[in-house]
Amino acid sequence: MPPLLDIQGLSYARDHRDLARDLSFQLEAGDILRVEGPNGSGKTTLLRILAGLYTNYEGELRYRGESLRGRGRLAMRSESHFLGHQSALKLSLTPLENLNWLAALNGQSVGLDAVENALAKVGLKGYEDVPCRQLSAGQQRRVTLARLFLVSAGLWLLDEPFTALDRQAVAELEGWIGEFAASGGAVVLTTHHALGQLQGLRSLTLGGS
Amino acid sequence: MSDPRIIWNVLLRRELLVSLRRRSEIANPLFFFLIVCALFPLGLGPSPALLAGMAPGILWIVALLAVLMASDGLFRSDYDDGTLEQVLLSPVPLYVTSLVKVLAHWLLSGLPLTLLSPLLAMMLQMPPQGIPALLASLALGTLVLSFIAAIGAALTVGLKRGGVLLSLLVLPLFVPALIFGSAAVQRAVLGMDSSAPLALLGAMAIMFVLVAPLAIAGALRVSHDQ
Repeated sequence: MPPLLDIQGLSYARDHRDLARDLSFQLEAGDILRVEGPNGSGKTTLLRILAGLYTNYEGELRYRGESLRGRGRLAMRSESHFLGHQSALKLSLTPLENLNWLAALNGQSVGLDAVENALAKVGLKGYEDVPCRQLSAGQQRRVTLARLFLVSAGLWLLDEPFTALDRQAVAELEGWIGEFAASGGAVVLTTHHALGQLQGLRSLTLGGS
Repeated sequence: MSDPRIIWNVLLRRELLVSLRRRSEIANPLFFFLIVCALFPLGLGPSPALLAGMAPGILWIVALLAVLMASDGLFRSDYDDGTLEQVLLSPVPLYVTSLVKVLAHWLLSGLPLTLLSPLLAMMLQMPPQGIPALLASLALGTLVLSFIAAIGAALTVGLKRGGVLLSLLVLPLFVPALIFGSAAVQRAVLGMDSSAPLALLGAMAIMFVLVAPLAIAGALRVSHDQ
Protein backbone atom coordinates (compact mmCIF):
# COMPACT_ATOMS: atom_id res chain seq x y z
CA MET A 1 0.00 0.00 0.00
CA PRO A 2 1.57 3.35 -1.01
CA PRO A 3 1.89 6.05 1.67
CA LEU A 4 -0.80 8.74 1.91
CA LEU A 5 1.61 11.46 0.84
CA ASP A 6 4.97 10.72 -0.73
CA ILE A 7 7.23 13.70 -1.36
CA GLN A 8 10.43 13.03 -3.30
CA GLY A 9 13.05 15.65 -4.15
CA LEU A 10 10.80 18.67 -3.74
CA SER A 11 12.48 22.00 -4.58
CA TYR A 12 10.76 25.34 -4.78
CA ALA A 13 11.58 29.01 -4.89
CA ARG A 14 9.78 32.29 -4.51
CA ASP A 15 10.91 35.48 -6.20
CA HIS A 16 14.15 33.78 -7.30
CA ARG A 17 14.99 32.78 -3.72
CA ASP A 18 15.39 29.06 -3.07
CA LEU A 19 13.21 28.03 -0.17
CA ALA A 20 13.72 24.31 -0.22
CA ARG A 21 16.09 21.96 -2.02
CA ASP A 22 15.55 18.27 -2.45
CA LEU A 23 13.03 17.89 0.32
CA SER A 24 11.75 14.34 0.85
CA PHE A 25 9.31 12.99 3.38
CA GLN A 26 6.38 10.65 3.67
CA LEU A 27 3.13 10.89 5.51
CA GLU A 28 1.08 7.93 6.65
CA ALA A 29 -2.39 7.76 8.15
CA GLY A 30 -2.09 8.72 11.83
CA ASP A 31 0.89 11.02 11.28
CA ILE A 32 1.04 14.63 12.42
CA LEU A 33 3.72 16.60 10.62
CA ARG A 34 4.66 19.93 12.05
CA VAL A 35 6.47 22.24 9.61
CA GLU A 36 8.81 24.55 11.47
CA GLY A 37 11.08 27.38 10.49
CA PRO A 38 11.56 31.12 10.85
CA ASN A 39 9.32 33.64 9.08
CA GLY A 40 9.81 33.52 5.33
CA SER A 41 11.30 30.05 5.31
CA GLY A 42 8.59 28.70 3.02
CA LYS A 43 6.21 26.97 5.41
CA THR A 44 3.08 28.45 3.87
CA THR A 45 4.42 27.85 0.37
CA LEU A 46 4.98 24.18 1.23
CA LEU A 47 1.39 23.86 2.41
CA ARG A 48 0.12 25.64 -0.68
CA ILE A 49 2.11 23.25 -2.85
CA LEU A 50 0.67 20.25 -1.03
CA ALA A 51 -2.83 21.69 -1.36
CA GLY A 52 -2.31 22.30 -5.06
CA LEU A 53 -2.54 26.07 -4.97
CA TYR A 54 1.04 26.64 -6.10
CA THR A 55 2.45 24.52 -8.89
CA ASN A 56 5.79 26.16 -9.55
CA TYR A 57 7.93 23.43 -7.98
CA GLU A 58 10.20 20.58 -9.00
CA GLY A 59 10.02 17.07 -7.62
CA GLU A 60 7.62 14.19 -7.42
CA LEU A 61 4.58 14.48 -5.17
CA ARG A 62 2.27 11.53 -4.84
CA TYR A 63 -1.03 11.05 -3.04
CA ARG A 64 -1.87 7.40 -2.47
CA GLY A 65 0.62 6.55 -5.20
CA GLU A 66 -0.89 8.88 -7.82
CA SER A 67 0.98 12.00 -8.96
CA LEU A 68 -0.32 15.28 -7.61
CA ARG A 69 0.16 16.76 -11.07
CA GLY A 70 -2.35 14.27 -12.39
CA ARG A 71 -5.00 11.99 -10.99
CA GLY A 72 -3.82 12.26 -7.40
CA ARG A 73 -4.88 15.92 -7.33
CA LEU A 74 -8.57 15.14 -7.87
CA ALA A 75 -8.58 12.35 -5.31
CA MET A 76 -6.86 14.58 -2.77
CA ARG A 77 -9.22 17.48 -3.37
CA SER A 78 -12.24 15.55 -2.24
CA GLU A 79 -10.43 13.86 0.67
CA SER A 80 -8.63 16.75 2.32
CA HIS A 81 -9.20 20.08 4.04
CA PHE A 82 -6.98 23.10 3.56
CA LEU A 83 -7.20 25.91 6.10
CA GLY A 84 -5.18 28.87 4.93
CA HIS A 85 -4.20 32.18 6.49
CA GLN A 86 -7.43 33.75 5.33
CA SER A 87 -10.67 32.74 6.94
CA ALA A 88 -12.47 31.80 3.71
CA LEU A 89 -15.61 33.27 5.26
CA LYS A 90 -17.92 35.86 3.77
CA LEU A 91 -18.35 38.36 6.58
CA SER A 92 -21.80 39.38 5.39
CA LEU A 93 -23.08 35.82 5.71
CA THR A 94 -23.88 33.90 8.89
CA PRO A 95 -21.80 30.90 10.02
CA LEU A 96 -24.68 28.68 8.91
CA GLU A 97 -24.70 30.11 5.37
CA ASN A 98 -20.91 30.09 5.13
CA LEU A 99 -20.62 26.47 6.21
CA ASN A 100 -23.49 25.36 4.03
CA TRP A 101 -21.69 26.82 1.03
CA LEU A 102 -18.31 25.38 1.99
CA ALA A 103 -19.89 21.94 2.33
CA ALA A 104 -21.49 22.31 -1.10
CA LEU A 105 -18.08 23.19 -2.48
CA ASN A 106 -16.89 19.86 -1.11
CA GLY A 107 -19.58 18.30 -3.24
CA GLN A 108 -21.90 17.57 -0.35
CA SER A 109 -25.14 19.09 0.69
CA VAL A 110 -25.40 18.78 4.44
CA GLY A 111 -28.47 19.15 6.58
CA LEU A 112 -29.13 21.92 9.04
CA ASP A 113 -28.42 19.67 12.03
CA ALA A 114 -25.01 18.67 10.64
CA VAL A 115 -23.99 22.34 10.45
CA GLU A 116 -25.40 23.00 13.92
CA ASN A 117 -23.47 20.03 15.32
CA ALA A 118 -20.23 21.24 13.77
CA LEU A 119 -20.77 24.72 15.21
CA ALA A 120 -21.62 23.29 18.63
CA LYS A 121 -18.41 21.24 18.51
CA VAL A 122 -16.32 24.41 18.11
CA GLY A 123 -18.27 26.18 20.86
CA LEU A 124 -20.41 28.46 18.73
CA LYS A 125 -23.84 27.15 19.64
CA GLY A 126 -26.27 30.05 19.45
CA TYR A 127 -24.20 31.99 16.92
CA GLU A 128 -25.64 30.19 13.88
CA ASP A 129 -27.50 33.23 12.56
CA VAL A 130 -25.18 36.05 13.59
CA PRO A 131 -23.40 37.60 10.59
CA CYS A 132 -19.70 36.70 10.74
CA ARG A 133 -18.83 40.41 10.67
CA GLN A 134 -20.15 40.67 14.22
CA LEU A 135 -18.03 37.77 15.51
CA SER A 136 -14.61 38.30 17.05
CA ALA A 137 -11.44 37.19 15.22
CA GLY A 138 -11.22 34.11 17.44
CA GLN A 139 -14.85 33.21 16.82
CA GLN A 140 -14.36 33.59 13.08
CA ARG A 141 -11.40 31.25 13.34
CA ARG A 142 -13.66 28.76 15.12
CA VAL A 143 -16.20 28.95 12.29
CA THR A 144 -13.36 28.12 9.90
CA LEU A 145 -12.39 25.18 12.10
CA ALA A 146 -15.98 23.91 12.11
CA ARG A 147 -15.38 22.97 8.47
CA LEU A 148 -13.14 20.15 9.64
CA PHE A 149 -16.08 18.46 11.32
CA LEU A 150 -18.68 19.22 8.68
CA VAL A 151 -17.29 17.13 5.86
CA SER A 152 -15.09 14.21 6.82
CA ALA A 153 -11.65 14.01 5.25
CA GLY A 154 -8.51 11.92 5.58
CA LEU A 155 -5.97 14.73 5.48
CA TRP A 156 -5.88 18.15 7.13
CA LEU A 157 -3.53 20.84 5.86
CA LEU A 158 -3.54 23.57 8.49
CA ASP A 159 -1.64 26.82 8.04
CA GLU A 160 -1.20 28.54 11.42
CA PRO A 161 -4.45 27.12 12.81
CA PHE A 162 -3.84 28.50 16.31
CA THR A 163 -3.87 32.16 15.26
CA ALA A 164 -6.34 34.30 17.25
CA LEU A 165 -7.57 31.40 19.38
CA ASP A 166 -7.82 31.74 23.16
CA ARG A 167 -6.00 29.35 25.48
CA GLN A 168 -8.97 27.03 25.88
CA ALA A 169 -9.56 26.83 22.13
CA VAL A 170 -5.88 26.10 21.55
CA ALA A 171 -6.08 23.16 23.94
CA GLU A 172 -9.30 21.97 22.26
CA LEU A 173 -7.78 22.18 18.78
CA GLU A 174 -4.73 20.23 19.95
CA GLY A 175 -7.14 17.62 21.28
CA TRP A 176 -9.04 17.47 17.97
CA ILE A 177 -5.82 17.08 16.01
CA GLY A 178 -4.79 14.26 18.34
CA GLU A 179 -8.17 12.53 18.05
CA PHE A 180 -8.18 12.92 14.29
CA ALA A 181 -4.71 11.36 13.98
CA ALA A 182 -5.66 8.58 16.40
CA SER A 183 -8.67 7.74 14.24
CA GLY A 184 -6.47 7.35 11.16
CA GLY A 185 -6.29 10.88 9.80
CA ALA A 186 -3.11 12.66 8.76
CA VAL A 187 -2.26 16.27 9.54
CA VAL A 188 0.31 18.70 8.17
CA LEU A 189 0.43 21.96 10.09
CA THR A 190 2.58 25.04 10.48
CA THR A 191 2.69 26.79 13.81
CA HIS A 192 4.97 28.76 16.09
CA HIS A 193 2.94 27.56 19.00
CA ALA A 194 4.51 24.92 21.27
CA LEU A 195 2.45 21.78 20.77
CA GLY A 196 1.79 19.45 23.69
CA GLN A 197 2.32 15.74 23.63
CA LEU A 198 0.64 14.33 20.56
CA GLN A 199 0.82 10.76 19.35
CA GLY A 200 2.58 10.46 15.99
CA LEU A 201 3.96 14.01 16.02
CA ARG A 202 6.97 14.64 13.79
CA SER A 203 8.75 17.81 12.81
CA LEU A 204 10.13 19.11 9.56
CA THR A 205 12.41 22.12 9.81
CA LEU A 206 12.76 24.48 6.87
CA GLY A 207 15.38 27.14 6.27
CA GLY A 208 17.72 25.59 8.81
CA SER A 209 21.09 26.33 7.25
CA MET B 1 -21.06 13.63 -4.43
CA SER B 2 -24.69 14.43 -3.68
CA ASP B 3 -27.37 15.67 -6.05
CA PRO B 4 -25.80 18.23 -8.43
CA ARG B 5 -29.02 20.26 -8.46
CA ILE B 6 -28.84 20.82 -4.70
CA ILE B 7 -25.18 21.82 -5.01
CA TRP B 8 -26.09 24.22 -7.83
CA ASN B 9 -28.85 25.78 -5.71
CA VAL B 10 -26.59 26.24 -2.69
CA LEU B 11 -23.89 27.84 -4.84
CA LEU B 12 -26.34 30.18 -6.61
CA ARG B 13 -28.11 31.13 -3.39
CA ARG B 14 -24.83 32.09 -1.78
CA GLU B 15 -23.79 34.35 -4.65
CA LEU B 16 -27.16 36.12 -4.60
CA LEU B 17 -27.09 36.47 -0.81
CA VAL B 18 -23.59 37.94 -0.76
CA SER B 19 -24.57 40.51 -3.38
CA LEU B 20 -27.92 41.33 -1.83
CA ARG B 21 -26.28 42.11 1.50
CA ARG B 22 -24.08 44.71 -0.18
CA ARG B 23 -26.83 46.67 -1.85
CA SER B 24 -24.65 49.60 -2.88
CA GLU B 25 -22.73 47.36 -5.26
CA ILE B 26 -25.96 46.47 -7.02
CA ALA B 27 -27.33 50.01 -6.92
CA ASN B 28 -24.21 51.89 -8.08
CA PRO B 29 -24.11 50.62 -11.69
CA LEU B 30 -27.85 51.29 -11.98
CA PHE B 31 -27.46 54.87 -10.75
CA PHE B 32 -24.53 55.27 -13.11
CA PHE B 33 -26.75 54.12 -16.00
CA LEU B 34 -29.51 56.49 -14.93
CA ILE B 35 -27.34 59.56 -14.39
CA VAL B 36 -25.14 59.26 -17.47
CA CYS B 37 -28.20 58.75 -19.69
CA ALA B 38 -29.73 61.83 -18.07
CA LEU B 39 -26.61 63.85 -18.93
CA PHE B 40 -27.04 63.41 -22.68
CA PRO B 41 -30.14 65.61 -23.11
CA LEU B 42 -28.35 68.27 -21.07
CA GLY B 43 -25.24 68.12 -23.22
CA LEU B 44 -26.84 67.64 -26.63
CA GLY B 45 -29.84 69.89 -26.16
CA PRO B 46 -33.45 68.75 -25.83
CA SER B 47 -34.21 68.42 -29.56
CA PRO B 48 -36.40 65.26 -29.76
CA ALA B 49 -35.29 64.38 -33.29
CA LEU B 50 -31.59 64.47 -32.37
CA LEU B 51 -32.07 62.50 -29.15
CA ALA B 52 -34.33 59.91 -30.75
CA GLY B 53 -31.73 59.23 -33.41
CA MET B 54 -28.96 58.76 -30.89
CA ALA B 55 -30.93 57.00 -28.14
CA PRO B 56 -30.16 53.37 -29.15
CA GLY B 57 -26.44 54.07 -29.28
CA ILE B 58 -26.44 56.09 -26.06
CA LEU B 59 -28.38 53.45 -24.13
CA TRP B 60 -26.16 50.66 -25.37
CA ILE B 61 -22.86 52.39 -24.70
CA VAL B 62 -23.86 53.51 -21.21
CA ALA B 63 -25.21 50.03 -20.40
CA LEU B 64 -21.91 48.57 -21.58
CA LEU B 65 -19.94 50.88 -19.29
CA ALA B 66 -22.26 50.08 -16.38
CA VAL B 67 -21.65 46.34 -16.89
CA LEU B 68 -17.91 46.98 -16.98
CA MET B 69 -18.16 48.96 -13.77
CA ALA B 70 -20.18 46.25 -12.04
CA SER B 71 -17.75 43.51 -13.08
CA ASP B 72 -14.55 45.03 -11.77
CA GLY B 73 -14.84 43.54 -8.31
CA LEU B 74 -16.44 40.27 -9.38
CA PHE B 75 -13.69 38.03 -8.01
CA ARG B 76 -11.75 40.56 -5.93
CA SER B 77 -13.52 40.02 -2.60
CA ASP B 78 -13.37 36.24 -3.01
CA TYR B 79 -9.66 36.58 -3.69
CA ASP B 80 -9.10 38.79 -0.64
CA ASP B 81 -10.98 36.70 1.92
CA GLY B 82 -9.66 33.32 0.78
CA THR B 83 -12.95 31.89 -0.47
CA LEU B 84 -11.48 31.76 -3.98
CA GLU B 85 -8.82 29.39 -2.62
CA GLN B 86 -11.54 27.04 -1.45
CA VAL B 87 -13.31 27.33 -4.80
CA LEU B 88 -10.08 26.36 -6.59
CA LEU B 89 -9.54 23.39 -4.26
CA SER B 90 -13.10 22.19 -4.50
CA PRO B 91 -13.96 18.92 -6.24
CA VAL B 92 -16.85 20.83 -7.85
CA PRO B 93 -15.54 21.78 -11.33
CA LEU B 94 -14.35 25.38 -11.56
CA TYR B 95 -16.42 25.60 -14.77
CA VAL B 96 -19.59 25.19 -12.71
CA THR B 97 -18.63 27.63 -9.95
CA SER B 98 -17.59 30.25 -12.54
CA LEU B 99 -20.83 29.79 -14.48
CA VAL B 100 -22.92 30.17 -11.32
CA LYS B 101 -20.97 33.23 -10.27
CA VAL B 102 -21.45 35.11 -13.54
CA LEU B 103 -25.10 34.11 -13.92
CA ALA B 104 -25.83 35.37 -10.40
CA HIS B 105 -23.93 38.53 -11.19
CA TRP B 106 -25.99 39.06 -14.35
CA LEU B 107 -29.26 38.48 -12.48
CA LEU B 108 -28.37 41.39 -10.18
CA SER B 109 -26.69 43.73 -12.66
CA GLY B 110 -27.56 43.09 -16.31
CA LEU B 111 -31.16 42.13 -15.73
CA PRO B 112 -32.13 45.18 -13.58
CA LEU B 113 -30.31 47.36 -16.09
CA THR B 114 -32.40 45.88 -18.88
CA LEU B 115 -35.62 46.41 -16.95
CA LEU B 116 -34.69 50.03 -16.26
CA SER B 117 -33.89 50.80 -19.90
CA PRO B 118 -37.46 51.53 -21.21
CA LEU B 119 -37.72 54.40 -18.74
CA LEU B 120 -34.50 55.92 -20.01
CA ALA B 121 -35.55 55.27 -23.61
CA MET B 122 -38.62 57.41 -23.03
CA MET B 123 -36.50 60.11 -21.44
CA LEU B 124 -34.33 60.13 -24.56
CA GLN B 125 -37.44 60.43 -26.77
CA MET B 126 -36.93 57.05 -28.38
CA PRO B 127 -40.03 55.96 -30.34
CA PRO B 128 -41.89 53.25 -28.38
CA GLN B 129 -41.76 50.71 -31.21
CA GLY B 130 -38.06 50.27 -30.40
CA ILE B 131 -38.66 49.19 -26.80
CA PRO B 132 -39.19 45.42 -27.30
CA ALA B 133 -35.98 45.22 -29.32
CA LEU B 134 -34.20 47.32 -26.68
CA LEU B 135 -35.27 44.94 -23.92
CA ALA B 136 -34.36 41.82 -25.90
CA SER B 137 -31.01 43.17 -27.08
CA LEU B 138 -29.97 44.41 -23.64
CA ALA B 139 -31.04 41.19 -21.91
CA LEU B 140 -28.93 39.08 -24.31
CA GLY B 141 -26.23 41.72 -24.65
CA THR B 142 -25.58 42.30 -20.96
CA LEU B 143 -25.31 38.52 -20.55
CA VAL B 144 -22.59 38.43 -23.22
CA LEU B 145 -20.88 41.50 -21.73
CA SER B 146 -20.96 40.03 -18.20
CA PHE B 147 -19.20 36.88 -19.35
CA ILE B 148 -16.58 38.81 -21.33
CA ALA B 149 -15.95 41.17 -18.42
CA ALA B 150 -15.71 38.20 -16.04
CA ILE B 151 -12.82 36.78 -18.09
CA GLY B 152 -11.03 40.10 -17.71
CA ALA B 153 -11.88 40.32 -14.02
CA ALA B 154 -10.48 36.82 -13.48
CA LEU B 155 -7.26 37.74 -15.28
CA THR B 156 -6.75 40.93 -13.25
CA VAL B 157 -7.90 39.61 -9.87
CA GLY B 158 -4.38 39.33 -8.47
CA LEU B 159 -3.49 42.92 -9.31
CA LYS B 160 -3.92 45.69 -6.78
CA ARG B 161 -5.39 48.16 -9.27
CA GLY B 162 -6.81 46.12 -12.06
CA GLY B 163 -9.62 48.52 -12.98
CA VAL B 164 -7.98 50.39 -15.86
CA LEU B 165 -6.31 47.28 -17.21
CA LEU B 166 -9.67 45.53 -17.12
CA SER B 167 -11.27 48.20 -19.32
CA LEU B 168 -8.36 48.08 -21.78
CA LEU B 169 -8.64 44.30 -21.95
CA VAL B 170 -12.37 43.92 -22.39
CA LEU B 171 -13.67 47.06 -24.11
CA PRO B 172 -12.38 45.95 -27.55
CA LEU B 173 -14.08 42.60 -26.99
CA PHE B 174 -17.39 44.37 -26.32
CA VAL B 175 -17.47 45.74 -29.88
CA PRO B 176 -19.39 42.93 -31.65
CA ALA B 177 -22.12 42.89 -29.00
CA LEU B 178 -22.40 46.67 -29.24
CA ILE B 179 -22.70 46.61 -33.04
CA PHE B 180 -25.43 43.97 -33.16
CA GLY B 181 -27.22 45.26 -30.08
CA SER B 182 -27.55 48.88 -31.12
CA ALA B 183 -28.29 47.83 -34.72
CA ALA B 184 -31.23 45.75 -33.48
CA VAL B 185 -32.70 48.72 -31.63
CA GLN B 186 -32.05 51.15 -34.50
CA ARG B 187 -33.77 48.88 -36.99
CA ALA B 188 -36.77 48.48 -34.70
CA VAL B 189 -37.00 52.26 -34.26
CA LEU B 190 -37.06 52.67 -38.04
CA GLY B 191 -39.79 50.06 -38.29
CA MET B 192 -37.57 47.42 -39.85
CA ASP B 193 -37.22 43.78 -38.89
CA SER B 194 -34.58 43.42 -36.15
CA SER B 195 -34.62 39.64 -35.80
CA ALA B 196 -31.31 39.11 -37.63
CA PRO B 197 -29.08 41.14 -35.24
CA LEU B 198 -31.03 39.74 -32.27
CA ALA B 199 -30.45 36.19 -33.51
CA LEU B 200 -26.73 36.90 -33.82
CA LEU B 201 -26.72 38.34 -30.31
CA GLY B 202 -28.55 35.25 -29.08
CA ALA B 203 -25.97 33.02 -30.72
CA MET B 204 -23.22 35.00 -29.05
CA ALA B 205 -24.96 34.68 -25.68
CA ILE B 206 -25.21 30.89 -26.03
CA MET B 207 -21.59 30.65 -27.09
CA PHE B 208 -20.33 32.78 -24.20
CA VAL B 209 -22.43 31.01 -21.57
CA LEU B 210 -20.96 27.70 -22.73
CA VAL B 211 -17.35 28.67 -23.45
CA ALA B 212 -16.51 31.67 -21.26
CA PRO B 213 -16.56 29.69 -17.96
CA LEU B 214 -13.66 27.63 -19.36
CA ALA B 215 -11.67 30.82 -19.96
CA ILE B 216 -12.69 32.23 -16.56
CA ALA B 217 -11.60 29.02 -14.83
CA GLY B 218 -8.25 29.07 -16.64
CA ALA B 219 -7.71 32.74 -15.86
CA LEU B 220 -8.50 32.23 -12.16
CA ARG B 221 -5.99 29.37 -11.95
CA VAL B 222 -3.30 31.46 -13.64
CA SER B 223 -4.02 34.50 -11.45
CA HIS B 224 -3.93 32.48 -8.27
CA ASP B 225 -0.91 30.27 -8.95
CA GLN B 226 1.77 32.64 -7.77
